Amino acid sequence: MIELNPMVIFIAAIFTNNMILSNFLGMCSFVAVSKEINTSLGLGQAVTFVLAATSIINYLVYHYILVPYNLEFLRFIIFIISIAAFVQLIEMIMEKYIPNLYYALGIFLPLITVNCAILGVSLFMIIREYSFLQSFAFAVGSGIGWTMAIVALAGIRQRLKRATVPKGLEGPGITLIVTGLMAMAFIGFSGIVQIQ
Amino acid sequence: MAKQSSQEIFTLGVWSDNPVFRQLIGICSALAVTNSLTNSMIMGIGLTFVTALSSFTISAIRQFTPKHIRMMVQVLIIAAYVIMVDIFLKAYLPEFSKTLGAYVGLIITNCIIMGRAEAFAQKNRPIASFLDGVANGIGYTVVLLFIAFFRELMGFGTLFGFQILGDWWTSWTIMIMPPSAFFLLAIVIWITHNIQDKKKSEVAKQ
Repeated sequence: MIELNPMVIFIAAIFTNNMILSNFLGMCSFVAVSKEINTSLGLGQAVTFVLAATSIINYLVYHYILVPYNLEFLRFIIFIISIAAFVQLIEMIMEKYIPNLYYALGIFLPLITVNCAILGVSLFMIIREYSFLQSFAFAVGSGIGWTMAIVALAGIRQRLKRATVPKGLEGPGITLIVTGLMAMAFIGFSGIVQIQ
Repeated sequence: MAKQSSQEIFTLGVWSDNPVFRQLIGICSALAVTNSLTNSMIMGIGLTFVTALSSFTISAIRQFTPKHIRMMVQVLIIAAYVIMVDIFLKAYLPEFSKTLGAYVGLIITNCIIMGRAEAFAQKNRPIASFLDGVANGIGYTVVLLFIAFFRELMGFGTLFGFQILGDWWTSWTIMIMPPSAFFLLAIVIWITHNIQDKKKSEVAKQ
């Protein structure tokens, strides 16, 4: 594996290897929560934060606990537990010390546990054999890319409310078509940087 | 919930309550692996296996699971089955294990499994839950195969890796790239919603 500059990975994770638009991760909440710009921005921030933190935890756990004991096959279970535990912990800390943010993000926090983007980033960084800094850059970049995509989609959907849409396409159908168009636009970024 | 016959469970899971185009859950992996029929097939079988067995297990122990930690228990059960699938693929189909990569692990966070565990397995007997898992898995697989059929045929000119279209066919590169997955899924949703709406309005007329 060629040593990649963490900065390159960071940019690539936002534009060319966007979590939603080229890896299809985090689609469930992407379609469900993207109705308003404010809420999707809140969710995006929460996802970015959890991604950054869990990538550190999972990296350390994987390389310093699982690998020395030859327990790599347990990684799915360990990762999902550490993500769930971390989300729970954050919820409790935030409720106590920063209640404003807690109530703003409230409902989204528990949802993040089952967001495939989080587990996906942890798995990708293991499969692609990233170093610690690379993993961190990848996680933060993915989070920002995810936020950008969901906020953009929310903006488009707010406009879309006034448009007439064929009956069967209403709701999820048209959302997917819009996402497809966004994905096409993002193909334009490919070639700037390359990872994988 | 009234007791459903196994036939009803199947029609619900495969058609009228299909997880992908009706409930729009579990589409992350549905989109990612559909650029080849073989991958979709493996993914579908893997998911059906995990959904069926985890529904069965969750339903079997539902009376002994404390309510407030049931999510954790469910995730652990699901993860255990996913590890089985992953190890099996690594041992017997190493090439596919490599191409599917992280997406096998992502079966854990596939909302279909959690959804069925919460919505069905919590309230029903193990055998019924097992059938429900199989039905939903098949519903998912069918949509995957449908999308993959068009993407592979138009993108590579092949089906299951065999050359179908001759040299005259110019491959549509867009079909193997991400956007086409979104468009095709949208079309599937459009068609099925139209058919189902029509049926509903016919029933309403009578």
